[in-house]
Amino acid sequence: MARYELRFSGAGGQGLITAGIILAEAASIHEGKQAVQSQSYGPEARGGASKSEVIIDDVPVDYPKATKVDALLALTQEACDKYSADLKDSGVLLYDTDLVTKLPEGGFKKVGFNIINTAKNEVGREIVANIVALGAMIALTGVVSRENGLKAVLSRVPEAFLELNEKAYAAGFEKATAAAK
Amino acid sequence: MSKKVGFLQGNEAAAHGALYAGCKFFAGYPITPSTEVSEVLSIELPKVGGKFIQMEDEIGAMAALLGGALAGQKALTSTSGPGLSLKQELIGYGCIAEIPCVVYNVMRGGPSTGMPTGPSQSDVMCARWGTHGDHATIALMPASVQETYDMIVRAFNLAEKYRMPVHVLPDEIVAHMRERIEFREPGELEVIDRATPTVPPAEYKPYDTKFGDVPPLAAFGSGYKFHVTGLNKLPDGFPTTKAEYVQAEEERQIRKVTANIDEIVEFEEFKLEDAEICVVAYGSTSRSARYAVNEAREKGIKAGMFRIKTFWPFPDKQIKALAEKVKGFIVPEMNLGMCSLEIERCAQGKAQILGINRVDGEPINPEQILEKMKEVK
Repeated sequence: MARYELRFSGAGGQGLITAGIILAEAASIHEGKQAVQSQSYGPEARGGASKSEVIIDDVPVDYPKATKVDALLALTQEACDKYSADLKDSGVLLYDTDLVTKLPEGGFKKVGFNIINTAKNEVGREIVANIVALGAMIALTGVVSRENGLKAVLSRVPEAFLELNEKAYAAGFEKATAAAK
Repeated sequence: MSKKVGFLQGNEAAAHGALYAGCKFFAGYPITPSTEVSEVLSIELPKVGGKFIQMEDEIGAMAALLGGALAGQKALTSTSGPGLSLKQELIGYGCIAEIPCVVYNVMRGGPSTGMPTGPSQSDVMCARWGTHGDHATIALMPASVQETYDMIVRAFNLAEKYRMPVHVLPDEIVAHMRERIEFREPGELEVIDRATPTVPPAEYKPYDTKFGDVPPLAAFGSGYKFHVTGLNKLPDGFPTTKAEYVQAEEERQIRKVTANIDEIVEFEEFKLEDAEICVVAYGSTSRSARYAVNEAREKGIKAGMFRIKTFWPFPDKQIKALAEKVKGFIVPEMNLGMCSLEIERCAQGKAQILGINRVDGEPINPEQILEKMKEVK
């Protein structure tokens, strides 16, 4: 595959950096590709626009930040407004339908569902919204296999939360697949 | 057996590199974006019989570092921005008293509190000249997570070999990004320990030049008694104002580095054989430069990169030679032209020098470097 760039954006505290790390681990450790994860965040511990970027390639990744984004996740309107300008026309935007109501213009594919609400009410805990989003991003991009994505999720989370995260990952994967149709 | 791998941040890799080098003492004060080094070592050092101490501030941390190093341990501190400013007096103390230690400083925006979470490369001159007086400096610039691990090991080796503080200066991007790394096997990387005295305690002098420019260093508590001071001193460590000692000692301390410059200076030449444009880059910016050079080559532009791995001492000889060869240098850096000044000094007007300078908390992207290439005449 050629260089592929993903960006997870939203507010600080939503677990976007963790989602980026898990995807990069899935690619790098479980799938044998080259991956770099980076982030930018403000001085606040909660709130403020936050982003985590993952670059995946078959060859070593030189520039570690996004140049033209292939896939963007937006969990807040602020992040969507701030970080969607460099999304490729051939790319895909995944957004939370409750929180992002004004969609950016562009030729890219737009796929939305109620990501945070799914975590809260269907999976059972809002804290796993990032894993719902991760499952959805993997479903939409196919950048790693569903199995390797899950492996990476399960190797990162504490034992007591394995089931919860597995459920979150599956919910995200399936909802995004359905929403993309 | 397959190697142990991990998906780590630069800061985490630095901590593990320090452990590989045999670091047994960490003294620090947490500060973004370097805190992960403290986090890892606070857990890992006790497991290997080492000590981790969080001091009351960066000044106390640097003082503790010098003490730990004099007690015979390989000692590390990590800091950033204002923390590096606070450590300066004691870094100077480490220079004059010739105390081996490693200062890992993650470069964030400045001056003062600046932009604590944003990347920067604006501490290169602070590392060189932040402490007052004439002194030699060694500063290393990692560009990847693996290189951060390996360079910490090298920094300890240089500190131990030349008996002086050594800086490692990752920018925030390298410090916080995550990549796959291989943990080194024992014996895979060279690990150097300081020379210790072979004479009996009664004959020992801590600055005895009959053993060369780098006198052996006894560990406090090992039966060797000696005096340590920030004043100019005699071979036995006691203060002096005698002109012949002061001049000779200052010159020797700088000569430890200048006489070994070819061994200390490391760099990478990328596609420079026939290059007309030379991008001089370091740290994460060199990754943008590599991307830009590859793109330029596809367009038929003869560009290459000189990557600085050892910033201090500066690779004068290599830049001077390149200035005779290339039409122009492009110097991208996340500061307002610090490396450019050194390139100007070395190039002596023989090649065009174009800086790309960002201090807005954003990295220099490959597009900016490609654009700048059009200005080389």
